[in-house]
Order: sequence, then C-alpha cells, then structure tokens
Amino acid sequence: MNVPDNLLYTKSHEWIRSEGDNIRVGITDHAQAELTDVVFVELPKVGTNVEAKAPVAVVESVKAASDIYAPVKGTVVEANNALTNNPALINSDPFGEGWIFALKIDNPDDLKNLQSAAAYKDQIET
Amino acid sequence: MPVQYTSIVDEHQTVRNSVGMFDISHMGQFIVSGNDARDWLNAMLTNNVAKLDVDQGQYTFLLNDNGGVIDDLILYRIDEAEFLLVVNASKIEEDFAWLETHRQDADSTMLKNRSADFGGVAIQGPRVVDLFRDLLGQSVELPVRNHIIDFVIAEMAVSIARTGYTGEDGVEVFFRTSDAAKFWNLVLERGARFGAKPCGLGARDTLRLEMCYPLNGSDLSAERNPIEAGLGFFVDLEKPNFTGREKLLETKTNGVRERLIAFKMNGKGPPPRPHYSLFNNGARVGEISSGTLSPSLNIGIGMGYVSAASAKIGTPLEVEIRGQKFPATIEKKPLYKKQS
Repeated sequence: MNVPDNLLYTKSHEWIRSEGDNIRVGITDHAQAELTDVVFVELPKVGTNVEAKAPVAVVESVKAASDIYAPVKGTVVEANNALTNNPALINSDPFGEGWIFALKIDNPDDLKNLQSAAAYKDQIET
Repeated sequence: MPVQYTSIVDEHQTVRNSVGMFDISHMGQFIVSGNDARDWLNAMLTNNVAKLDVDQGQYTFLLNDNGGVIDDLILYRIDEAEFLLVVNASKIEEDFAWLETHRQDADSTMLKNRSADFGGVAIQGPRVVDLFRDLLGQSVELPVRNHIIDFVIAEMAVSIARTGYTGEDGVEVFFRTSDAAKFWNLVLERGARFGAKPCGLGARDTLRLEMCYPLNGSDLSAERNPIEAGLGFFVDLEKPNFTGREKLLETKTNGVRERLIAFKMNGKGPPPRPHYSLFNNGARVGEISSGTLSPSLNIGIGMGYVSAASAKIGTPLEVEIRGQKFPATIEKKPLYKKQS
C-alpha cells in the first residue's frame, strides 16, 4: 500500500499536504482500496469554516457513504470539482488528481497533532 | 461470504458478462418427508405445492397469521414424498421453530434441519453452461430452469438446481459441508478459462436489485405481505387453506395501503440508500427499502414502499439525501433487462 513519506495523516485515513498557509486533503490509498469503486463525492462549499474533525465531504462507494473529516480547523478555499464528473479519480490517483479539498488553516501548530507516514503505516498494518 | 473479493463493480460485471461464484453455504436447508408432507407444506406455504413435479422447484413464502412474511424460500420436490426447502440464513431458527410448532402429525410428516450438513454455491452468468460442460462432460445437460438434479463431480455428490438471484442463467449447487473447499477450488480452477471469479455479498445485492428480487429483512418483513410487495404471482389464493390466506384475501379486496415500487434516479447524484425518505409533489409518501448505484445502468436505483396512490409507473419521486432532494421516477420491474 502506497503511503508517501512527505504527507501527514489522520487516524480517519485522510492525507494532508502542506502548501504554505494552506493544506490539501484527500483519502489514502488504503482508504480507497477499502471503499473501492467511488461513485459519488459531495464536495464542501468554498468559504465554509470548519472545525477539526468535523465532517466536510462525503465519499460514496457502491458499498457505503463515508464522511471525510477536516484534519484541523480552517476555511475551505478549494474543492476538487473534477470529482463531480469523475469520482473514480479517488481510486485511480488518491494522492494526486483525487484530492478532495484545500483548507486555509487557522493555526499551523494544529498540524502537530497529525501523524507521520511511519505512524500511519503502523496504524494500517496492525 | 465477504462483501467483496476484488470490487463490487468488477464482480457484478463478471456475473453479467462471464460467470461468477458466490458462497451460499450460510443458507439453510430443511428436508420435509412423509405421506402428508405435500399437503402439510401446501398449508404452510403460499405457492401451490401440488403443481410441483419431482425434481422441480418453486419460489414461495412462509407467512405468519397476519399474512406478513416470515421468509421467502425455494421449495424443491426431490422425491414423490420428499421436499427440500432452501431458506435465508438469518431465518433458519425462526423458520424451523415456526414449522415445528405447526406440525400436526409427527409420523406422517418428518421435518429435519440439515443446514449444518450442506454447503452451497451459486454459479451465475452467461458462461455457466460452458463451465458445466467442462465439469460434467459435453453430453450431460444441466437441469432446466427451476429443476434440481443430482450429479457426481470429482467424486463429490452434488445437487444442482437451475436457479439464482442475479437475473443471469445460472445454478445453485449443494454438497456435503466436508466437500465445500474442494468444490469451490475445483470450480475456480476449471472455470478460469471461462472468466470465473469469486463474488461477494456486495455484487449479490447489486445484481438482485437490478432484477428487483426482494431481500428479506429489507424489502420483505413480518409487517409486509406478498401482495404489498407485488409478489402475488407466488401466492395461490385458489388454495382452500394456508397460513395468512384470510389476511391476503382481505388485502386483495380492500386494496393495499402501500406498495413496493422500483425507481431510477433521473440523473447523476448520490446513490439512494435504505431508509431515505421518498416524496411526491412535496409530500412524504414512503421510504427506500433497498438502494444502490446500478453497475449495469450506471445510475442510482432502488425499491421502496410508497402509498398506493403514488405507486403508479411513471410517477415522479424525490429522494431526500442529507437534506437535499434528488428527482427519481417509478419504473417497471425489473430495472435491468439483458440485451439479447
């Protein structure tokens, strides 16, 4: 299972890429493999203020609907509209074209609460 | 049976295009035998047992006194006075207890729960005949639709029924529990060149829902009768006596309050799922009992109970999903038809 070293991770299987004041968020390769066949993504509205661990988006596979959570407190600044017509991007390229939303974060220190690639690997391998 | 081996969509397409195998060992098997077996079963079940020839099966219902569905099952007549009932896994104990308490004469009607003794697989898809020619020999024919025949395959005694829950040509095969792993592996090995793959519960659900086959516990329950579910075809009201008959006649005479309908979403959107509310002209008219994204049609589909006045084919509905309403239309069953 692919777990890129340069990203941060949540317990709930989101990945986080730091981009200056913003973070980009998607779901991990492990999560997409568990869900399989993503058929619908409900995206957040740009400008929405979100609390850490609040549900922000919904990823639906044939099997089930899964909430995607904000890793930290912030404001939605981008949503990946390409997923509206092609939700399977989450399966084919979870860490790239399959990103879900970007947040402007309130406090960069909040990122310290997230886990490293090594810690996330431990989580999914046990 | 797991939800999926590879992916629900992939397994679904395997069954629609080549052949897939489902482990149905969890299902229950009862044997009913004796001189009064036929007449007793005819009083316990809705379909007409007298119409069955030896080796023939029929879909039927076990009802409670209110006409509500305890279980839907397939009844096979496997000998002059011997019957096999294949029942839902979650209902084995309840079905058996119900039948046992309604058994009048222990000598002339024997009832045995053989669920632990048999394993089973459903092998479904257009390549099933090719696969079984390979397993049985070119000159051996599978039983015709709804019939069951005993064979020996690789020294395993198996009963093959030409039945299924997918809308494709297919069989359900029963064998001794001790042969289960051997039979499973044999079919996968010999079936590889026909594209055979193991399939899980997820694909089983999307396949049956495209065909509008009901799932007990979702589309059927003790509070719903077969007439409301649109399955009156499997109820013989001409029979003088069977459990639930009075209530079904009442439903027939007075009309149903709610009806199980099938619907398709009008466009792209989140997949409909069980318990979402259904609206017609702004008024709540019912809720979804089964829903999914159809892998064959690539659109949301489902079934649900709605008030009889809103149950006509073509009626526009709205499905409420996370506070938003999405348009759908009531469609004729089945929702999927094989392109010939």
